[in-house]
Amino acid sequence: MSAFQFLWFLLIGVLFAGFFFLDGFDYGVGMAAKTIASNEAEQDQIIHSIGPVWDANEVWLITAGGAMFASFPYWYATLFSGYYLILLAILCGLIIRGVSFEFRAKGNAKTKRVWTTLLAIASAWVPFFLGVMFISMIEGMPIDANGNMHATFFDYFNWFSVVGGVALTLLTYLHGLNYVALKTVGQVREVARNVAEALYYVLYVGLVVFALLLIFKTDFFSVHPLGTAITVVLIVVFAVLAHVAVFKGKEMLAFIASGLTMVSLVAMIFVGMFPRVMISSLSAKYSLLIQNASSTSYTLTVMTIATICLLPFVLAYTAWAYWLFRKRIEMPTVKPLEGY
Amino acid sequence: MDIVSLARFQFAMTTVYHFFFVPFSIGTAFAIAIMETIYVRTKNEVYKKMARYWGNIFLLSFAVGVVTGLIQEFQFGMNWSDYSRFMGDIFGAPLAFEALLAFFMESTFIGLWTFTWNKVKPGVHALFIWLTSIGSMISALWILTANSFMQNPVGYTIKDGRAEMTDFFALLKNPQLFFEYGHVIGAALMMGGVIVAGLTGFQLLRAKKQPVSDETKHIYKTSMRFGMWVSLIFAVLTIAVGHAQMQYLIKEQPMKFAATEAIYKNTKDPAGLALVGVADQKNHELKGSIEIPGMLSFMSYNKFSGSLTGMDEVNKDLTKKYGKYIAGEKMNYYPPVNTLFWSFRIMVGVGMWVALVSIVALFLTRKGKETLYEHKWMLWVVALTTFLPFIGNTVGWFVTEFGRYPWTVYGLFTIKQSVSPTVSVASLLTSNIVYFVLFTALAVVMIGLVIKELHKDPANIENPQLLEKFMDPFDKGAF
Repeated sequence: MSAFQFLWFLLIGVLFAGFFFLDGFDYGVGMAAKTIASNEAEQDQIIHSIGPVWDANEVWLITAGGAMFASFPYWYATLFSGYYLILLAILCGLIIRGVSFEFRAKGNAKTKRVWTTLLAIASAWVPFFLGVMFISMIEGMPIDANGNMHATFFDYFNWFSVVGGVALTLLTYLHGLNYVALKTVGQVREVARNVAEALYYVLYVGLVVFALLLIFKTDFFSVHPLGTAITVVLIVVFAVLAHVAVFKGKEMLAFIASGLTMVSLVAMIFVGMFPRVMISSLSAKYSLLIQNASSTSYTLTVMTIATICLLPFVLAYTAWAYWLFRKRIEMPTVKPLEGY
Repeated sequence: MDIVSLARFQFAMTTVYHFFFVPFSIGTAFAIAIMETIYVRTKNEVYKKMARYWGNIFLLSFAVGVVTGLIQEFQFGMNWSDYSRFMGDIFGAPLAFEALLAFFMESTFIGLWTFTWNKVKPGVHALFIWLTSIGSMISALWILTANSFMQNPVGYTIKDGRAEMTDFFALLKNPQLFFEYGHVIGAALMMGGVIVAGLTGFQLLRAKKQPVSDETKHIYKTSMRFGMWVSLIFAVLTIAVGHAQMQYLIKEQPMKFAATEAIYKNTKDPAGLALVGVADQKNHELKGSIEIPGMLSFMSYNKFSGSLTGMDEVNKDLTKKYGKYIAGEKMNYYPPVNTLFWSFRIMVGVGMWVALVSIVALFLTRKGKETLYEHKWMLWVVALTTFLPFIGNTVGWFVTEFGRYPWTVYGLFTIKQSVSPTVSVASLLTSNIVYFVLFTALAVVMIGLVIKELHKDPANIENPQLLEKFMDPFDKGAF
């Protein structure tokens, strides 16, 4: 394994981590719009809190996919063709969610309600299926000698992957609630805090079940005992830290900690997988490895140079966009506002 | 139904649908950027109101464009996994650059632009739409870099059963890219002009029944002339680049060229240009054609002499070069001739029609002589022209993509080799149906909302803004 191959494995992880940290709260906010708002004005307030930024956040997922295609084409090809129907479901969710912001803002009162509901459903739908995909992936899938996956229903959906899907949805929901508490004033801010406070207990149960299944259903603890243990502990520590921060009303801390919970989850997946990118349940020798799934060192070099030159700009204007909209959002009182 | 046909159908359906919104967004973003710049420079409020009015239409197109673009990125892995394995080393890099350089830029600045009408200075606000517009054009550059490689592979070597990049800059210097980018961007910017002018045509027709204020009428009229200038300039540019592109094709992809002209046997010298006709694919001849003598030679070589190679001879050359069989499949190097022949004619027709309508409309709306606004039928002609660039863009891609048949990567990899080996007919049928239903629903909602936005009074557009309260979340107590 060359240094560039390792770097790009790491970068794919970073991109997915960035996606869950940033777009993660967008999904939570989408769910919150339906679950914690008591009227349309509050729905607007909640959705406006991510209005200017959600679109750019989603680009992290697109970039992760594009970078995977570019740096590990065999991983991309096996994963995307193997998870055909799950990805179709994710795409449908992303499509409906993506248009719902614009469509609800420009529709009439009735269609606006429909699009708010669709936004909430799609916002739960996408992280659920992403969770199912990633968790069944680390369990190992029936991948043959040619890198092709021939999976059946229960390879995709089993106790572990469904728990993973639910846990990820819950994590994004909590992250979104923490964001709402941080970025709004008034009623919704209080409700978001109270709901998050209670839901963290549910998350603890989920995490215990998840950790047990991780021990029995994957080889993570035997392949990388230390790395897996550390990342699992980090997941728990950040979850507890977020919970404590919610209690104490330290909203920024809660938000950062709930984001880092998901970052730790991604870290756990990538640490446990290493040096594999796809785990074959048929035979260890069919697993796709970093070293034989990647692009050539020439391509990786070109992309590394480009990333080093471009990423600082992306991060700079992203940070600036957040800074420009750093204030809390009030509830619109007179009439609903235009825009996303 | 076999998986290859279903996967091809899906690619055609999803890309055609996606490409309704791509040039729509690129074109209107550019038009709005110009409007806002004029406003910043002249302080003429009319242009600010135009930017707001058309900005709402642009946002709708952008939203649908983004989500339908997601399908494209996933599709290569889902339906064409063997293609992804073969091409990943080359294809992935432009795609990753597109995300890193273009997607982040356009999506960040469109968010800023939407919500800062009353928040930042007009100059900064105009900068936001320019960055969005430039981002969308950079995006097109990268995806066309990938497509150009598929049309004309450069800077690569074949090793271990896949194409490996050896020279990244060769990909960017690909002559195919130069023509393709100029032609696609030209057509997109032309479309922006046509949409502004054409949809204004509908509003002016509506204003005949429901009178509008003088200010509103003035905004409509300014939009009309603005749109027509943009469409004229870029129609001419697109036609010019397209012409050069065809001359390039004669050398680089003779089969594609011969098929768009439905030439089976080598032509006489000088060669005539067939305006209409139906290709008889069994007997290898063009039936019922009406020709302009000598014109094809002139278009091809800039002089009224010279003959052109027919498909039969190109087929012989290709068979000799690549063999009768590739990966156990018997090869047929003839592309779908009638599709190419007619697609090309419709595309050229649309381009010329737009240029003609633009010139006439600009003449009939000149100062002191605004004949266009008096005649309903003239406004109808302008209004209905709105839809033609959608057709022109689609058939333009038909020429490019069907013309590459039977290859996905010209001369290197065939369509049949590209498809995912694991995907079932049932999965493909499901996804085709799901996309079809979703696209239909999106189109219905989108068209309804565009009409609703168009009916709003441009003199009085509400500003999208957020109610913000200063309570800094970065306050110490929050940590």
